[in-house]
Amino acid sequence: MEDNQMRLDGNAIAGLLGELFTAEVTDARGACLGCGAVGALGAQHLYMHPLAPGAVLRCRWCESVLMVLVHAEGRVRLAVRGMAWLDIEDNAERID
Amino acid sequence: MSFITRGFRGRPRDQGEAGRLPPGQHLVHDFPVLSAGPTPRTPLSEWSFSITGAVDQLKNWTWDEFRALPTETITRDIHCVTKWSKLDTHWEGVSVDTLLQDAQPTAGYVMAFSDGDYSTNLPLTDLIGGKAWVAFSFAGEPLPSEHGGPARLLVPHLYFWKSAKWVRGLRLMTADSPGFWETYGYNMHGDPWREQRYSGD
Amino acid sequence: MARAALQRRLTWRLAEVTQLVAETPRVRSLVLEVPGWPGHRAGQHMDVRLTAEDGYAAERSYSIASAPDAGEQLTLTVERLDDGEVSPYLTEELRVGDQLELRGPIGGYFVWDLEMGGPLMLIAGGSGICPLMAMLRRRAGASSKVPARLLYSSRSREDIIYREELHRRGAAGSGLEVIHTLTRVQPPDWTGRAGRIDQAMLNDVAWSPTDRPLMYVCGPTTLVEHVADALVNLGHDPERVKTERFGPTGG
Repeated sequence: MEDNQMRLDGNAIAGLLGELFTAEVTDARGACLGCGAVGALGAQHLYMHPLAPGAVLRCRWCESVLMVLVHAEGRVRLAVRGMAWLDIEDNAERID
Repeated sequence: MSFITRGFRGRPRDQGEAGRLPPGQHLVHDFPVLSAGPTPRTPLSEWSFSITGAVDQLKNWTWDEFRALPTETITRDIHCVTKWSKLDTHWEGVSVDTLLQDAQPTAGYVMAFSDGDYSTNLPLTDLIGGKAWVAFSFAGEPLPSEHGGPARLLVPHLYFWKSAKWVRGLRLMTADSPGFWETYGYNMHGDPWREQRYSGD
Repeated sequence: MARAALQRRLTWRLAEVTQLVAETPRVRSLVLEVPGWPGHRAGQHMDVRLTAEDGYAAERSYSIASAPDAGEQLTLTVERLDDGEVSPYLTEELRVGDQLELRGPIGGYFVWDLEMGGPLMLIAGGSGICPLMAMLRRRAGASSKVPARLLYSSRSREDIIYREELHRRGAAGSGLEVIHTLTRVQPPDWTGRAGRIDQAMLNDVAWSPTDRPLMYVCGPTTLVEHVADALVNLGHDPERVKTERFGPTGG
């Protein structure tokens, strides 16, 4: 099986992260600790169920692990282990 | 109580012979490919397998040396934590007992490490006494790379994420330490008969 | 004083099927009424979850094919995959009046809003047309003057999803040009293109890099990767090429 048949766009992680974050994260930008590349989360490579026990987001340039997400027993564990930083739209409540 | 979708049955889920499937599992007849990353493609000329860490004698084999070791054929059921099980899978491999033979481990825990930054931890007792192999052949053919070839760890009595694909060695450790999935919430042991899927089980 | 709405975390909600439309022999559109729907952007998708009586659940993602201007009504368009688990249910078993569990809208990357402008270059393979159709419907509903081109690859004429609607929308003066290519079989009177999308076809059909188009490519993984590579080879800015792969989530 070709690698590109086994991975998905980072768009597919949007449903998982959308349950945790109130801001839209797929156009959030992050910096890979492995190679320094900066890009939108939605553009990275995602490996997930049914193809894996959890969701693993990898840098599209160097394939280092950026984030891992595991759902188990009513809890979600998110590891943001491979990103130097993550930059998200500020969605704070405003009072007009 | 979750919403039930009218008329949805899903793929036929074979429950198999009573007693042969651990709790929560269903039978499959294909061999699903699961992966947390791209398939590593280490050329055999660069492949090696090592026993390192808390041992009296470090060991290392090239591919040719590894393939010159005595082998066994193994037929076992395998159980994936994502709930599928496959019965009577046929493998050929080198017993971990053979690999540890002269190494003289001085500690009780093992980290199996693989290409692609994958790792998984196991107690040494789960790897010895005829329970584990480094397998290079599945169903009579060389192990395909998507299933962990050229060689993977095979520990059929534990959930199959412990049977590390693309394995390159075993590191003996004095204390248990979580590997890749274990760090993210999977069980340190992984016994399917006690349904030890997650860290709280 | 009014509060600006705080964006909510996604939760599962129930929708009712109000209409089913056969688009092609293998493709059906589901029109859904979704109480409390917060609105969406063209290109976003939904997760659909089906649960059997024994608790077994299967989830799949589907692009929202309708434009964001229909209140609580949404359309999903589903292709039946032969060895699929969810798509046969949605295209054959599901009835008007049934309820579906879904979560959304999802996605902030593969989206087009009117303010983003153009020109728009949309490239689709098979059911990859769905999110792009939401963009075209949005564009039309707002009477937008943003120039748009759609290059759409299908196996045969019968497999072209939304064929009639695309013909209407691509009429002279609409600012939208629709180019079809058929990869397996072309009818005798076919005036469109034939064969898979390749760099030569893109060179002919796509806006030139100096036009700085916004490019959206959607479909099977191999098509998307080839097209994205070809667009970059032709000199397009990779930052303006957005891709959505319909990968092996099961079907």
